[in-house]
Amino acid sequence: MDLQLIMAAGIAVGTILLFAAVGEILAERSGVLNLGVEGMMLIGAVVGYATAVSTGNAWLGVVSAMLAGGLLSLLHAIITITFRADQVVSGLALTFLGTGLAAVLGEGLSKAGAISLLPRFSIPVLSEVPVLGRIAFTEQSILVYVGYLLVPATWYWINRTRPGLHLRAVGEEPAAADALGVSVYATRYRYVFVGGMLSGLAGATITLAVQPGWFGALTVNGRGWIAIGLVIFAQWSPFRAAAGAYLFGAVVQLTLAMQLPPTILGLANPFYEYHPNTFFLEMLPYTLVLVALVLGSREAMRKRIGAPAALGIPYVRGERGR
Amino acid sequence: MEAPRWLSPTLTAGALLVALVISGVILAVVGADPIRVYVHILNSSLGSVGSISDTLVKSTPLILTGLACALAFRMRLWNIGAEGQLLLGAWAASAVVLVPLVPVGTPGVIVLTVMLVAGFLGGAAWGLIPGVLRAKFGVNEIIATLMLNSIAFAWIQYWVFGPWTEGGFQMTRQFPVEAWLPRLSDLADAFPWARGLTVHGGFLIALVAAVVVWLIVERSAWGYEIRLIGDNPRAAKYAGIRIARNILLVFAVSGGLAGIAGMAEVAGVVHRLQDNFSPGYGYTAIIVAYLAKFHPLRVVPVAILFGALILAGREIQPSGVPAMIQGIILFCLIASEVFLRFRVGIVRRLPATTPARAGGE
Repeated sequence: MDLQLIMAAGIAVGTILLFAAVGEILAERSGVLNLGVEGMMLIGAVVGYATAVSTGNAWLGVVSAMLAGGLLSLLHAIITITFRADQVVSGLALTFLGTGLAAVLGEGLSKAGAISLLPRFSIPVLSEVPVLGRIAFTEQSILVYVGYLLVPATWYWINRTRPGLHLRAVGEEPAAADALGVSVYATRYRYVFVGGMLSGLAGATITLAVQPGWFGALTVNGRGWIAIGLVIFAQWSPFRAAAGAYLFGAVVQLTLAMQLPPTILGLANPFYEYHPNTFFLEMLPYTLVLVALVLGSREAMRKRIGAPAALGIPYVRGERGR
Repeated sequence: MEAPRWLSPTLTAGALLVALVISGVILAVVGADPIRVYVHILNSSLGSVGSISDTLVKSTPLILTGLACALAFRMRLWNIGAEGQLLLGAWAASAVVLVPLVPVGTPGVIVLTVMLVAGFLGGAAWGLIPGVLRAKFGVNEIIATLMLNSIAFAWIQYWVFGPWTEGGFQMTRQFPVEAWLPRLSDLADAFPWARGLTVHGGFLIALVAAVVVWLIVERSAWGYEIRLIGDNPRAAKYAGIRIARNILLVFAVSGGLAGIAGMAEVAGVVHRLQDNFSPGYGYTAIIVAYLAKFHPLRVVPVAILFGALILAGREIQPSGVPAMIQGIILFCLIASEVFLRFRVGIVRRLPATTPARAGGE
């Protein structure tokens, strides 16, 4: 087992979760919980792949995937922001709709054959750095590098810019933000849409860069839900979300790699000896999310930090805030 | 002032109709003939006595998991884990026969009773995990139950590929007939019309469960606590209701109901444990519960409707059509409730001093 290669693959797989989690952080920071990430990722994955298949251009695939994810999220925005319906149920409906619609749109797409993927390359100087260079900067997809830039940029946007201040105000104290002239509705629409676009990008990251091909609902395989779990674990911070996403990706890749060698550290490999044991490896990532949620929730309780105060609560103009 | 009584059912029916129209448009766009799809759904689910019986078979796990969701949702506890609890219930019921936990040759009534209890306990145990995580650690139950669904699926796969495998295929050996829930077709000697009817004892269990859950939620002191926590958690807390204890209890009973659904599937339909015997009953149950407005008795007709959709959906191409229709139905339902709320919202403005919030949020 080459641990550095496993870590490198973990970063690539983690980038999928990273995009979805950062998108969800932005939506939730504005006060809108969107549980439709799984559905939006599936739509992004299928639309991106289908566009790349029919046009031969992977970049067009990325753009259309982001648009499709954004459009689907607007449905959630209309239902929850304008009509003030329950965000939990609307998000679940979005996942159902996205899953079914993706299966309908993806009919026959699994036999599409090879397509041109997004470019992969090494970063000239950084890839020479020992260990880290080989893990993070060698022969990665361009989207992995986009992910590296997105995280600090999102942090800066949320915490150091005026629109970011408005975003936080809308998520924490919508009535106060409204009184200061920030449009609560427009802000929430904007960030739900951006969140949807990033979920679509996460889907396209799967089909056009990291794990190319269309395999129905298995293409995303519950990773939208893992991204939502990651947001809670990350306490709505992009940097913590990135760390969690890469760590999770590395664990997934490690569980795959552990099935192959006959011996590990000189001991007989139980996952090689008896194949059904590998199903316990499959449980490991999900168990890890549960453990992370317990740790994250305990820390949040202790430090008294947590979800944006207005998360999940529809805003009604003119009503006294809670 | 309340919205008139006729408004809510009319809106629900209207939402269903709009959902079918929207789905039809999408089907037409992707090149399928929507009329033919709908006629096919009707024909293959309600076209004959045999197909009605098959629809009831599909609706049996939907009633039980729908009740599981309705009970939890009534307390605004988002148990999305009925699928995993169903799988663990099926596993525990199978263990009774395959380990075996009862001696070979035990009469069927006893075997099936033990399987029923095991199914309930298996589902309840799996439901208690997110319950404890939520009550003790404040962990979001939606994410927790979804993760546990995936873990449960891997757990089932381990057993059907591993210790219990039948020659390496993803299934266990067939159960002995003592562990089969009786079917209507078993009566064919006495009643010739029952020949070939696959509806099994699990349907009766599901109907009884619906009445029991209705009695609990609407007619018992515990049910009053559940409804109060769901409607107004702060008031419930000030009234001295122990919320953590109720979270655990509701999660256990909810999981147990889903577990019975799993038991009914292995004992009534497949007669063995397989890795893919559920086409996502536990997820469709979410929509069933929502469409029934969390009312236990209304879960039954709604589950039969969706049982028909699942039955017919097996043959529909493209294969994603049933899931898509389900999603559109759910969206139309949420949208239709806006009409109810906005009516109330307009009225509410008149007395400026009432601080009550509309819509039951």
